[in-house]
Amino acid sequence: MVRLIGFLVGLGFVGVLMISFISGAVTFATEEKVESVESRFHKPVKDVHFASDGPFGHYDRQQLQRGFQVYKEVCAACHGLGLVAFRNLQDIGYSEAEVKAIANQWQIEVPSIDPATGEASTRKAIASDNFPSPYANETAARAANNNALPPDLSLITKARHHGPAYVYSLLTGYQNPPANLPAENRPGTGLHYNPYFANLNIAMPQPITSDGQVTYADGTNATVDQMAQDVAAFLTWTAEPKLENRHRTGIAVIFFLLIATGLAYMAYRNIWAEKKYR
Amino acid sequence: MSFPWAEHYTPKMPLMRWLDERLPLPRLVYNAIGAGYPVPRNLNYFWNFGVLAGFALVLQIVTGIILAMHYAPAGAIAFQSVEHIMRDVNQGWLLRYAHANGASFFFIVVYIHIFRGLFYGSYKAPREMVWLLGLVIFLLMMATAFMGYVLPWGQMSFWGAKVITGLFGAIPLVGEPIQQWLLGGFAPDNAALNRFFSLHYLLPFVIAGVIILHIWALHIPGSGNPTGVDVKGPQDTVPFHPYYTAKDGFGLGIFLIAYCLVLFFAPNYLGHADNYIPANPLSTPAHIVPEWYFWPFYAILRAFTVDFILPAKLWGVIAMFASILLLFFLPWLDKSPVRSGNYRPAFKKFFWFGLIPCVLILGYCGGAPAEEPYVMISQIAAAYYFAHFLIILPLISKFETTLPLPNSISESVLHGEKQEAAPFGVDGTKPATAA
Repeated sequence: MVRLIGFLVGLGFVGVLMISFISGAVTFATEEKVESVESRFHKPVKDVHFASDGPFGHYDRQQLQRGFQVYKEVCAACHGLGLVAFRNLQDIGYSEAEVKAIANQWQIEVPSIDPATGEASTRKAIASDNFPSPYANETAARAANNNALPPDLSLITKARHHGPAYVYSLLTGYQNPPANLPAENRPGTGLHYNPYFANLNIAMPQPITSDGQVTYADGTNATVDQMAQDVAAFLTWTAEPKLENRHRTGIAVIFFLLIATGLAYMAYRNIWAEKKYR
Repeated sequence: MSFPWAEHYTPKMPLMRWLDERLPLPRLVYNAIGAGYPVPRNLNYFWNFGVLAGFALVLQIVTGIILAMHYAPAGAIAFQSVEHIMRDVNQGWLLRYAHANGASFFFIVVYIHIFRGLFYGSYKAPREMVWLLGLVIFLLMMATAFMGYVLPWGQMSFWGAKVITGLFGAIPLVGEPIQQWLLGGFAPDNAALNRFFSLHYLLPFVIAGVIILHIWALHIPGSGNPTGVDVKGPQDTVPFHPYYTAKDGFGLGIFLIAYCLVLFFAPNYLGHADNYIPANPLSTPAHIVPEWYFWPFYAILRAFTVDFILPAKLWGVIAMFASILLLFFLPWLDKSPVRSGNYRPAFKKFFWFGLIPCVLILGYCGGAPAEEPYVMISQIAAAYYFAHFLIILPLISKFETTLPLPNSISESVLHGEKQEAAPFGVDGTKPATAA
């Protein structure tokens, strides 16, 4: 009985699936295949390497500081870094005094309450504050950016496929639209052609435009490529600040486990010796 | 609940004797997973995965309870509280990555455990209850994992919750009220997040309870084995401890190495990038996909594209639930008296060249966007999936000529484990016979 019912149910599912398949196959065969413009013009991320790549990867402090400088002087005008605190900058090699100075001189003030009147006001940032958002709220952000919302960058390298390589490709990928790009996919007002962006047209104007846009404190030659790599590295750190701990712990754990598993294997062979391995 | 030759617990220390007379807990453990449980001596490494699944559950409960001390189940701050764990809680990154990847490895282990049962006929008499309880655990695991994925309140959390609860909305007449009742609103929000957190904390303990029943039911007939032949006497078994505890110790080491490689060096590989974007009800992700362990079922859900009597969506929902529910009837669909696939040539071919590729293909298509040719491929694979269990398997069990079984476990052991326990083709098709 169970098998009879099962057989009928099975036939039912197979039948409906075959009807679905045939109707899908007919559509597939008869309808012309339209490759979307996005997939034709979209480019895969550029091949770029960072010191943090691989199981032994660690951050290049000098590069992170340069990347922070790019963030501060270029990105911070529109993008927040809400999950990172000024004090975290000590992890990338700034001293406590430097961090205090960076917080104190930050171009955006932190929302606060006037101690005299109790009314909303702002104050200078301190080391324990998170980076303040450049906009009071989403509406203000959209109003200032042609209705586009500049995302918070704290997690951007983990929130996009290929993370830092994507950020680097995007920053260095601005170009003139190709001649064969259909008119409806050409960038409209306030949009910019970038083949590394999902729908090819991005609202963000090219942020890093010329060599020497940032004057690096460590004297590194600030080419566009260098700045894009540095800020991508910095944003890798903001998204995954514990990466070095993770790699270090991981290597120790794997080393330990290899020895422990080797011992466990020997114990297993030893215990089974008389039963199996005579 | 054991073989007559099982070793008996004799407390040595006065304290243990005192305890044994009042609360025989050590005796229970001794008989359940100690020297008092005789186990067939020819188990291969596929029999390690039950213990590994138990370990994975403990790992999830321990890391989960500590995470819950730092997590805040409120829509406005859930995402930040997870990032707080990642950045500011001592070793919080380790706990969270251990928990997130622990779920994936729990499923890897349980899938191997289930397919081991499918190949070696572990669902057959007299172990039907073990199989049924195992499926209950599997369903509870799926519910727990789904609700756990909602908790970080990222984009995939939110939209995953919306899509999966939306499945209930496909039920005629009562669908929408049920969906609203499940979510506590019209869309996932604070009410849904809070109840999912509550249930996500509760269900693992329910799973632990069903595991006790699962092991209890297993201990009535005793463990199966790669030959599928019943235990005939003491020469066929070894005590669980130290023989299988030692083997499980080695298996655990291998499991932990694989798990830690992912946990420490690719912790986000099995996740989705969109879940690092805070939930936003106004912005739909380009491709909504569940976690990888749901992909085969997701492919079945999306394989139904034609309204045939019922709406296509309802067909998909029914088929997705049926794909698991049919496993409950497996002991009565496959009536072959031979348990192990090693002695069933036709079954073995359909298993390795039909079912396994079918499930892998469904998994791949479930993770791919809902476009051609993936939909057509998943339609073929889903049709095979249902045909395999509901049509092919009952027919095989009726018409198949099985190979001669070894007379006993100990006799088969003389040929060495390789020949007896290899899942497919190591020894060709030659059955084990007495040497």
